Amino acid sequence: MALGRSSSPHAHGPRSTQWVMQQVLVATVPGLIVLTSFFGIGSILNILIASVTALACEAAILKLRNRPIGFYLRDYSALVTAVLLGLALPPLAPWWLTVTGTAFAIIIAKHLYGGMGYNPFNPAMIGYVVLLISFPLQMSAWVAPTGLMVDGVSALGPDFLSSLQIVFSGSGVDGFTAATPLDAFKHNSSLLVDHFYQQTPQFSQARWAGLGWEWVNIAFLIGGIYLLARKVFTWHAPIGMLLGLSVMALFNYDGGSSASDGSIIFHLLSGATMFGAFFIVTDPVTSTTSNRGRLIYGALIGVILFVIRSWGNYPDALAFAVLLMNFAAPFIDYYTPPRTYGHGKSGTIIHRSKED
Amino acid sequence: MSDVSYGEISRNGLWNNNPALVQLLGLCPLLAVTGSVVNALGLGLATMAVLIGSNMTVSLIRNQVSDAIRTPAFVMIIATFTTCTEMLMKAYTFELYQILGIFIPLIVTNCAILGRAEAFASKQPLLPAAFDGLMMGLGFGAVLLVLGAIREIIGSGTLFANMDLLFGPMAANWGLQLFGDNYGFLVMILPPGAFLVTGLLIALKNIIDSRQQARLAETQSAPVQGSKRVRTTGAIQ
Repeated sequence: MALGRSSSPHAHGPRSTQWVMQQVLVATVPGLIVLTSFFGIGSILNILIASVTALACEAAILKLRNRPIGFYLRDYSALVTAVLLGLALPPLAPWWLTVTGTAFAIIIAKHLYGGMGYNPFNPAMIGYVVLLISFPLQMSAWVAPTGLMVDGVSALGPDFLSSLQIVFSGSGVDGFTAATPLDAFKHNSSLLVDHFYQQTPQFSQARWAGLGWEWVNIAFLIGGIYLLARKVFTWHAPIGMLLGLSVMALFNYDGGSSASDGSIIFHLLSGATMFGAFFIVTDPVTSTTSNRGRLIYGALIGVILFVIRSWGNYPDALAFAVLLMNFAAPFIDYYTPPRTYGHGKSGTIIHRSKED
Repeated sequence: MSDVSYGEISRNGLWNNNPALVQLLGLCPLLAVTGSVVNALGLGLATMAVLIGSNMTVSLIRNQVSDAIRTPAFVMIIATFTTCTEMLMKAYTFELYQILGIFIPLIVTNCAILGRAEAFASKQPLLPAAFDGLMMGLGFGAVLLVLGAIREIIGSGTLFANMDLLFGPMAANWGLQLFGDNYGFLVMILPPGAFLVTGLLIALKNIIDSRQQARLAETQSAPVQGSKRVRTTGAIQ
């Protein structure tokens, strides 16, 4: 009789990579809907272009590496990378921008490091950063949110046909763009925050923190809570990041002088905060493994995010913050081993104390 | 050790023991200045000149300098040739000299040069040492050139732009504009692009080598003759 031999662990969770990835895709839907309702169909086009590119690149590289193509394509990991990158890119980005970023993410950031589960850096964020430093012009052209009133004229996004034209011919988006709230806030140097809010349409027509963006962030928060409820990830990394960001904002918001760096609510509901907290920081491959480690990892991403937003050159900095902490994740893992079953307090590896 | 053939020296310098792709020496200038062909060629020629000069001098003094102080002596020789090269470039290709900036004096610290002085020139007569300097310099320069060309094409969409910095006014029209005027892929010009392309070039060399080896093994795999009994006693090598 032949007995199957396998090494531990012998108890497997019933969840497949496929299931987890499907849940993540489902959770992006509210964010995508709100993005589309404020910024037009650009995000959907981004996601479509990115998905096609990602699947094609993934299949090509798997073939080169002699790996089972169908098996890896069906785990949806390439699709998740594509969707996350598509959501992060400015709506109505030219098609070649999306293709370049996605190809870079899949081929270089994922497969050159060994493919699914081996990449030290978040592929979507690598794709984003490569585009951001290579094509700053195209990457900062954000469509104005629908309904934004500037000088009494209501901004109206391009219709379906002109959207397609902008994406595939790569010109003409200039007429539809406006500064994002983070960008506008960064360039305020002389006004009290209250006055600045009144004078800037992005803020004066918003409820809390920038027209359109506040709802986008809330939608991603809802998607994130769904993932938390389905236990796709633990709360440690996202809450850590939001806490890190909030604490930094709390200490640096001096009640709204012209030199202040934005209130807590402004930082929480601006730019890529919620998207990052629940969809990027929680990536199981590139983040830390223990819960304590995740808390530290997330918190430091929040701190770096605030530091670059406030004192750096870029208005938003999620991708940089995440990549910097991806570097540090193994280091954090080294100092935060989980408690071994049957042992006492979880000790660090180096500093074994007298308690042992 | 004076029985090294010139063919062997050329093969080592250009391919088998290429300073940039195999020894991975001199990476700092390799990564820093290969944003365009003209920069790469300028630095490649300068490095080759220093390499030949230092190899020859080291070979000439190899029996006079004691082992204990050989490293400082080598460094001084290399520094002398670097200074000469720097002054020559300042005189004849001033703009290129300004673009390459600190990386010309930094040729002194290029480990490929000190490595050749230590490993080859200090044990060889004049002619092989000079030839080794030439071949190592060519190998290093060739990699610089390929790297510069790839990065220039992908990064800024041009090839051989600004060659007049090196070759004078007659080269002013050598530049090719491959893509549109607005083309630019900044990351390839920046240091990350250099790391990426270098890594891919090393991978390419390894692929070519392993294919060649596989082909060689195929032609040479003769059936094993005689007994194939399993050996149970005696030393296993």
